[in-house]
Amino acid sequence: MRGRYLQLLGFTGLIVAIQLATQLTGNPYHLTQLTMSAYYSLLVIGLCLLIGYAGQISIGHAGFFAIGGYLSALLTTHDLSAHKGTAFMWLAKAGVLSSRTGLYGGDLLTVHPWAACLVAIFATVGIAYAVGGPVLKLKGHYLAMATLGFGSIVYRIVLGSAMVGAADGISEVPPFSLFPGLEVSGRAPLRVQNYYLAWGLVIAGMALLLNLVHSRAGRALSAIHGAEDAADATGIPTARYKLYTFVLSAAYAGLAGVLLTHFNGGIGPSEASIMKSIRYVAIVAVGGMANLWGALLMSLLLNYLSLRGYFGTYDDAVFGGILILIMLFAPEGLLRRQLPGELRRLFSRGDAEEAP
Amino acid sequence: MSIDLFFQYVVAGITYGTIYAVVAIGFNIIYNTTGIINFAQGEFVMLGGMTAVTFHQFLPLPAAILVAVLITTVIGALVEILFIRWLYQPSVLRMIIITIGLSILIRETALHIWGESVRSLPYFTGSSVTSIRFGGVYLSPQVLWVVGLCTLVVALLSVFFNYTLLGRQMRACAANRDAARLCGISAKNMVTLSFMLSAAIGALGGSVVCPITYVKYDSGTPLAIKGFAVAILGGLGNSLAAAGAGMILGALESFSISILPAAYKDAIAITILLLVLFVKPSGLFGSAEAARLKEF
Repeated sequence: MRGRYLQLLGFTGLIVAIQLATQLTGNPYHLTQLTMSAYYSLLVIGLCLLIGYAGQISIGHAGFFAIGGYLSALLTTHDLSAHKGTAFMWLAKAGVLSSRTGLYGGDLLTVHPWAACLVAIFATVGIAYAVGGPVLKLKGHYLAMATLGFGSIVYRIVLGSAMVGAADGISEVPPFSLFPGLEVSGRAPLRVQNYYLAWGLVIAGMALLLNLVHSRAGRALSAIHGAEDAADATGIPTARYKLYTFVLSAAYAGLAGVLLTHFNGGIGPSEASIMKSIRYVAIVAVGGMANLWGALLMSLLLNYLSLRGYFGTYDDAVFGGILILIMLFAPEGLLRRQLPGELRRLFSRGDAEEAP
Repeated sequence: MSIDLFFQYVVAGITYGTIYAVVAIGFNIIYNTTGIINFAQGEFVMLGGMTAVTFHQFLPLPAAILVAVLITTVIGALVEILFIRWLYQPSVLRMIIITIGLSILIRETALHIWGESVRSLPYFTGSSVTSIRFGGVYLSPQVLWVVGLCTLVVALLSVFFNYTLLGRQMRACAANRDAARLCGISAKNMVTLSFMLSAAIGALGGSVVCPITYVKYDSGTPLAIKGFAVAILGGLGNSLAAAGAGMILGALESFSISILPAAYKDAIAITILLLVLFVKPSGLFGSAEAARLKEF
């Protein structure tokens, strides 16, 4: 119990230290990529719960990310001025709409980011619920292919729909003002504020997941991972637990999509691509599958390196390579929880053999 | 829709359906000997097309295709020997992730070798505007090449699996691995052989269809998804059913263009895949019990 909060505290310390380091070395612009990688990390820890703890693979989580991001972007940029005076305007009375001056000086009447965010999250959860029901009945190859299929349907739809900008995506998404004085946007003066906001959210999300995996539900999930039939036989409602985990991880992905879209001021179809989904799986695998902290740290590191362009044109190849190497040589993941014990055994092999 | 237009759509459906069937058969061969779905199957098709185009610059067409098939076969063997052969009882999740990783690596390597440009082979006979007229339906001669060669491959495969010693050894491994090993069959070599076979079939399909569909470094993945949809639709492991399912998917896709925007064409296959997975995972032509008995 206490260990968990100490870890969270330690991680908070790391986040503060990184910020101070960028400040002291005069590289505050690194915070932009670090903030983006925070939002990706939000998705990754949710996916880690699903893959590592519940044992259900998903190669379609970029789809949920894109649904959240695209819905929020569409609602906050789609101009409703043309509908003025129609029955539509009860929304304005309810305070759901906000008007602002557009980039070209015209008045825009759009859905308020808060309302858009809620709609986007609810839609993501709803879709995850509807898709998860039948998909999670599948196992192995079928599950992998079905989630891959879901991801590519989302990709094909956003790529093929003129309404969401087809190949260009949606741009000029307004900042998301959470409450006065705090807004999600990529403007340089707000860099530090956004950095702490994003990582604060990740830490909160992490606290929730850590508590979850140490609860009754978490133990049920590891039972499902270990042997689903046995878990079922001991009275664990396996289907329901798997579905809830799937929906929860989709909600994390959707929220990450909404916030990153407001932070970047836009979203493109590449966010929905299969390669993105595979990249998230790769990060979870390097992080140690059933290791939330490993996934989080690896996500921070790898997303940052990738976003800063350190991998160059080999960006996708790096993640493909990571995936293969991990699965060939350390299928339980690199930073697996048993690792300290294994290393200890390795170094004290002589003693261990004497005392069987 | 006039009757001629109807048949025109059918012809288009058969053309694409054939190549989906070829990819699906590649999936089935490996699935039957190993229980693995090779997510890199589409990349074999892409590699076949790409290498054939490259070698056609200084070799006559048949020789270029032959070389392409041989090279892809060797790559298939290498993939199995380097990444799969030495694993001890790998879990399904592990194999899925490894083959996905492999498909990314092959694709990225292709990107660095050939760049992003779209390539194609010349038509085997005539040119892109040559057509043969059957009643009111116009056929490109290449369509006949695709359908003819792929039918030939399926026929040869069925002879191979039914009448040659090697083919029967592979079937024995698929039916019961342990029993096959007790009879002195090297199960590991059969797995390598199955990777080589499906790489070769994929490469041949890729180079035959390349004048019509073109080939690019990333054209493998969509093909793999559709090929898998076809394999599932027909019932995983059953190649004859896959050929039938390929035709069905090809026809559905080509008719969908008359109803839906063409951009959504690719979503059709995946929707069908999901529906079949949800409703009848044993496939259209397979009963649940038959699905358990693997047949090539």
